[in-house]
Amino acid sequence: MTMKVDFMLTRSRQSSRHTFTLAFLLWLISTPLQAALDIEIFGGGATQIPIAIVPFAAEEKLKQSITAVVAADLQRSGLFRLVDSSGPALRDPRQIVYPDWKNRGAAALVIGSTVILPDGQVEVGFHLMDVAKQVQLTDHIMIVPADRLRAAAHQIADIIYERLTGDVGVFSTRIAYVVKQGNKYALQVADADGFNAQSIIEYSEPIISPAWSPDGTQIAYVSFENKKPVVYVQTLATRSRKAVANFKGSNSAPAWSPDGKKLAVVLSLQGGSQIFLVNADGSGLQRLSQSSGIDTEPNFSPDGQSIIFTSDRGGSPQIYRMPVTGAASGTAERLTFEGSYNVSPHHSRDGKSFTFIHRNSARFNVAVQDLATRQVQLLTDSRFDESPSPAPNDKMILYATEVKGRGILAVVSSDGKTRQELSMQAGDVREPAWGPLPRVR
Amino acid sequence: MKKVISVLLIGLLSACASQTTQPTAVEEKPAAQAAAPVAPADPNLNPILRDPNNILSKRSVYYDYDSFVVKNEYRPLVQAHAQYLRDNAGARVLLQGNADERGSREYNLALGQKRADSVKNAMTLSGAKDSQIEAVSLGEEKPRATGRDEASWAENRRTDIRYQGE
Repeated sequence: MTMKVDFMLTRSRQSSRHTFTLAFLLWLISTPLQAALDIEIFGGGATQIPIAIVPFAAEEKLKQSITAVVAADLQRSGLFRLVDSSGPALRDPRQIVYPDWKNRGAAALVIGSTVILPDGQVEVGFHLMDVAKQVQLTDHIMIVPADRLRAAAHQIADIIYERLTGDVGVFSTRIAYVVKQGNKYALQVADADGFNAQSIIEYSEPIISPAWSPDGTQIAYVSFENKKPVVYVQTLATRSRKAVANFKGSNSAPAWSPDGKKLAVVLSLQGGSQIFLVNADGSGLQRLSQSSGIDTEPNFSPDGQSIIFTSDRGGSPQIYRMPVTGAASGTAERLTFEGSYNVSPHHSRDGKSFTFIHRNSARFNVAVQDLATRQVQLLTDSRFDESPSPAPNDKMILYATEVKGRGILAVVSSDGKTRQELSMQAGDVREPAWGPLPRVR
Repeated sequence: MKKVISVLLIGLLSACASQTTQPTAVEEKPAAQAAAPVAPADPNLNPILRDPNNILSKRSVYYDYDSFVVKNEYRPLVQAHAQYLRDNAGARVLLQGNADERGSREYNLALGQKRADSVKNAMTLSGAKDSQIEAVSLGEEKPRATGRDEASWAENRRTDIRYQGE
C-alpha cells in the first residue's frame, strides 16, 4: 500500500544571529585534518559554517533534487548555516562572482550540475569553493543510476562535511527503528535522514531493541511473536533469520561485540535478568554477570574489553561497567551517581564517553557522561526521551522522543545545541539504532 | 535564514496506514494475536480452569508501584494454581509479567520478569514443579490499559497466568 509520508526536519533551539571570525574558519579550511571545528562565536549560539549551495544546474529535469538533500543533511548536523543561494545555476567556478557571495555572508560555496546520460544514468558534478580565498577546496564527478540520486546527494554532503569539519560524514549511513501502526509492528531500515524506509520484518506482536552488526549486514532484535521475548539475528540482504537466544524464560537486549562474532544478551534462564555471551550463530552460551537482581542493556566498549550495562543492584537503576573476561559480581564498577534512574547506556564510538537516559524528576532525557572525568551533560529537555544511539562520528545522537503522545525520532548534536525531529506522518516510531559507516566509501 | 525545511515525500511503506493515538494498543487476548502457530483453546483443557465460579479462572496478579511482591490478597489465587499444577503433573503454565510504560523498554522488561518470577517462586513454594512453569516478561509492550494515569499504570503492573493449550 502506498502512503504519503511527510518528513519534517524542524530546527529547534536555533541560535540567534551570530558573528564569527572568518579568518579562523579559513585557517581551519586549510587544515582539513583538524579533528573538530571550533570557530569562535560572539554572542553565543551554535557553531556553524555559513554555506551557500547554488541549485545544481539542470536538476529540475531529475526526479530527485540534489540540492535540497545536500542542504538538509548539512543543516541537520548543526555545524552549518544555509546562506541564501538564489540566482542562476553555476556550472563552472569561473562564473562565480565572489564579492556577491561574500556579501551574502557565505564562507563556503557549492556549485554543481547534473546531466542525464544517454543510458539514463545521471552525471552529477560539484565544486566546493572557499569564498574568501577564492579557491577551490575540492571537486567531484559521479555517475549514478537515476534511482540513486539521494544516495549521491548524501555522498556529496559527506564530502563537503569532511572537507570543512575534518570529521567523517555520516549522511550515507542508515538507521533502524520500529514503527507501530495500529496493531502492526515493523522493523524498518532507512537512510540517516529517515527517507527510503523499508520494512525488514512486520508482525502483529511487538519488536524492540534492534542492534546493527558492526559490518552493517545484520540486525539483531527482540520479537514477541511467540508469547515471550526471543532474540533473532536477521541478515538484511537475504532476509533470512535465526533465533540466537530462545531459552526458557525471557531473552532480550542484544548487543554486538565489536568484532561481530558474539552477542551479549539478557536471559532469565538462571533466575533474574542476567547478561550472557553467545556466539552470533547462537552457540556457546556463557554467563557474564552475577547479581541477584536486574542486569540488562549491555553495550560493548569499542575495544571489546568491557561492557557497560544497567543494574538495580544498588537499589535503583544505575549504569555499571564490567570486564568481558572473568567477570564476577565483585568486579562491576558503578559509573552513574546523579539521580535515581540512569538507563540505556551506549558507548561513544571513540570509547571516551557514553550516552544514556537520565531521569530528572518526571523527565527522561538524553545525557552523556565522560568516562574519565565522570562529568555529565544533559543534551535534551523534553519529557519522554528514550534509546539514545550515537552516530558513527559521535557528532550526533539519534533518540526516540514524543510529540503530542506520538513517538518520533530526533537527532541532537553532541554539544546539545542543535536538535531536529525526524517525523513521519503515520505510525508511532521508537527504538532507533544508528548503523555503522558504509564499508566502501 | 530558514528556520524550517519541510520536504514532502511520497513514500512506499509496505505496512498499512492507520490512526495511531497511543504508543501501544489494547490487546485483550494476546494468544489470539500471536503470529506463531498457537492453537485456540485446547479441547482437552480442563474446563475447571474456565469456570467463572472457580478461583482458577482468575489469572492476574497485580502489584504496587515499583514492587514485585505478591500481595496477600493474591496469595489464595496463586496457591490455587500451584495446587492445580501439583495435582496435574502434565499441566504447564506460562507466567507473563508486565510493567507500566514509564522508562526504558529493556529495563521494564526486566521489571516484568521480576513480577513473573515472584509468582513462579510462590507457586514452587506451594508445591508446583519448576519444570511446569515458565516465567517470562512482556515488559511494557503489551499494556492492557493505554491511558497515562495511575489507574492504567496499575492495571499494567501485572502477571498473567496462562495454561498450555490456552
